[in-house]
Amino acid sequence: MTATESLEKQFDETIARNDRIEPRDWMPEKYRKTLIRQVAQHAHSEIIGMQPEGNWITRAPSLRRKAILLAKVQDEAGHGLYLYSACETLGVSRRELTELLIEGQQKYSSIFNYPTLSYADVGTIGWLVDGAAICNQVPLCRTSYGPYGRSMIRICKEESFHQRQGFELLATMMRGTDEQRAMVQESVDRFWWPALMMFGPPDADSPNTEQSMAWGIKRDTNDELRQKFVDMTVPQAEALGVTLPDPSLVWNEERGHHDFGQPDWDEFMRVVKGGGPCNAQRIAHRRHAHEDGAWVREAATAFAAKGASA
Amino acid sequence: MTTESGFHDSVYDEDLLGGDASHWAFGTSFEDPLAGVDTTIPDGVDPEELAAYCLMLGDDALIYSHRLSEWCSRAPDLEEDIALANIALDLLGQARLLLARAAAASPAVVPAMPEGSPVPPEDALAFFRPDAQFRSTRLVEPDNGDFAVTIVRLLLFSTWRLALLERLASSRDQVLAAIAAKGVKEVTYHRDYAGRWFLTLAQGTDESRSRLLAALPPVFAFHEELFTDHPVETSVAAAGVGVAPSDVAAEVAVILEQVFSVSGVERHDVPQIGPVAGGTGRDGRHTEALSHLLAEMQSVARAHPLGVW
Ligand SMILES: [Fe+2]
Ligand SMILES: [Fe+2]
Repeated sequence: MTATESLEKQFDETIARNDRIEPRDWMPEKYRKTLIRQVAQHAHSEIIGMQPEGNWITRAPSLRRKAILLAKVQDEAGHGLYLYSACETLGVSRRELTELLIEGQQKYSSIFNYPTLSYADVGTIGWLVDGAAICNQVPLCRTSYGPYGRSMIRICKEESFHQRQGFELLATMMRGTDEQRAMVQESVDRFWWPALMMFGPPDADSPNTEQSMAWGIKRDTNDELRQKFVDMTVPQAEALGVTLPDPSLVWNEERGHHDFGQPDWDEFMRVVKGGGPCNAQRIAHRRHAHEDGAWVREAATAFAAKGASA
Repeated sequence: MTTESGFHDSVYDEDLLGGDASHWAFGTSFEDPLAGVDTTIPDGVDPEELAAYCLMLGDDALIYSHRLSEWCSRAPDLEEDIALANIALDLLGQARLLLARAAAASPAVVPAMPEGSPVPPEDALAFFRPDAQFRSTRLVEPDNGDFAVTIVRLLLFSTWRLALLERLASSRDQVLAAIAAKGVKEVTYHRDYAGRWFLTLAQGTDESRSRLLAALPPVFAFHEELFTDHPVETSVAAAGVGVAPSDVAAEVAVILEQVFSVSGVERHDVPQIGPVAGGTGRDGRHTEALSHLLAEMQSVARAHPLGVW
C-alpha cells in the first residue's frame, strides 16, 4: 500500500465510523474542494440573506417587532461569521470568499433572490425559509467535517428561534384585521414554491448528491428533505389558518406522507443562473458594502501592524 | 457516536422544535428591567414635565437607534455589522422603556388612536406622533454618512449620554433610576467601541485619518445644542428627577479631550448649528432629515392603525 492509499483508507474508515474529520487530518483534495464550495455557499447565504429581511428593519410596525427583526438579522451575520471561520480552517480566507461571491463565482441560496414586498414577508421568511433551512441543516450537525458540524449545531438552535418568531408574527397578524390576514396569505402564496425549491432539484437531477452522501457531507437527499419539510409545514399552516397554494397537496395514508406538486423547475434554473428578480441587486448591495468598507478594514490592519511593531 | 436516527430525532424534535420558550429572542421572554420598581411619581414632580423629559431621552435613543440600524448588512466588516446592530438594539431597548414611562407619567402625551386600536402606548408614541412632537436632539437625526462620521457621532453621543445616565441613576424617580442604571452599562460599551475606532481611524492610514478629520465639523456642529438646558430639563433637574445637560459639559469635555489626545487629533471649535425660530430639537424644531426618517419608520404602522403585530 502506498502512503496515499493508507491515508485514504484511514479517511474512509473515519467516515464509515461516523467520526469527524478535523482540520489537521489528511483529506482527499476533492473532499476539501467540495466542502469549501458547500460551506462557502452556506456562509454567503447567511450574509446575502440579511438583505431581504433587513429591507424592513426601518419600517417594522412596532418597537417590539423592530427589536426582534434587528436581532434576527444580526444573528444571520453571526452565522456567516462562524461559517466563514469554518471555511478558513480549509485554507481560504473570508476576503477571498467574499470576492468570489461578488464576482459571481460562488453561489448562495436562490431564495434570497426573491423580493420582500410586505411586512408579512418577515414572518413568512422566518416560518418557511428558516424552517426549510432547519430541515436542510439539522442533518448537517452530523456532517463529517468537524468545524462545519459544530457551527451547524449552534446555528440550528438559532434558526429554530427564527422560525418560531416568524410563525408567531404570522399568527399575531392572523388575529388582526382582514387586511393583515390578506397580507399573510399573499405572502405565503409568493414564498411557498421558492421555499420548496430550497432543497434543490429532484434527486434524479442532482449531480453532486451521491458523492456528498458517500463522504458524509450530506446526510439526506433533496427529495427526502423536501418531504420532511412539507409534512412538518402542513399542520402549521392549518394552525395558522392559511392555505398553501398547491391544489395537489393531500395526505397519502399509504405512504404516511403528504403528496404534493412540483415547483416550477424552469423558474428555479432561471433564478440560479442569475435571472431572478433580485440577483443583481443582492450582489450589488454586497459589493457596495465590501468596497465602501475597504478603507476601514485597511485602517484597522495598518493600526494593528503599528501596534505590533511598537 | 450515537446512532443515526437517535441523534437526528433528539436534536430535531426536542432541542429545536420543542417547547423551551426561554430561547425565543426578546419580546416574548424578555426580562422586564422594571419588575418590582416603584412606579409612583415622586412628590413635587410635575407629571407633564416628567413625561416630556422621558420623551427627550427616549426620542434621542429611538432616532439614533434607527440611524444605526441602517448600517445593518452595509458595515465595513461582519464584526462591525454585529456591533452596530448591538448598539442599535441597546438604544431601542432604552427608548421602549422611556416612552412607556412617558406614557405612564402623563397619558395625555400619547396620540389618540381610533376606537378599538390595539396599539400600545410605546408604539402610539413612536409611530403616530408627528415630527414636531418629537423631542430628539438634532445630533441624532442626519444620515449616517461614512463610517468616520458614524464613529465621531457615536463618540460624541455616547460620551454625552453616558454622563447623563450616570447622574440619572440616582434620580428620585425610581423608574428613571432603574432605566439609567441599565443604560450605563450599555452606553459604557458604546463609548468604548467608538473610542477604539476613533483611535484606529486616526492612526490607521492617511485616508482614514483624513476622513476622520473631515467628519469632525459636521458632527461637532451639534455640540452646543447638547449642553444647552431646555426649561423642562432645568425644572426636572431642580426636582431631583432629571439632569441638566449643562451640568455634565465639563466632564464630557475631559473625556473627549482624552480620546482626542491619545489619538493625536486636535480639537478645534467649529461653527455651531443655530436654532430655528428660537427653538431646537427639544422644542420640536428639527433637521430636515427627521421627517424623512419618520415617514419611513412610521409607514407600515400608520397604514394599519387597527393592526396588531
Ligand atoms: Fe442563519
Ligand atoms: Fe435564520
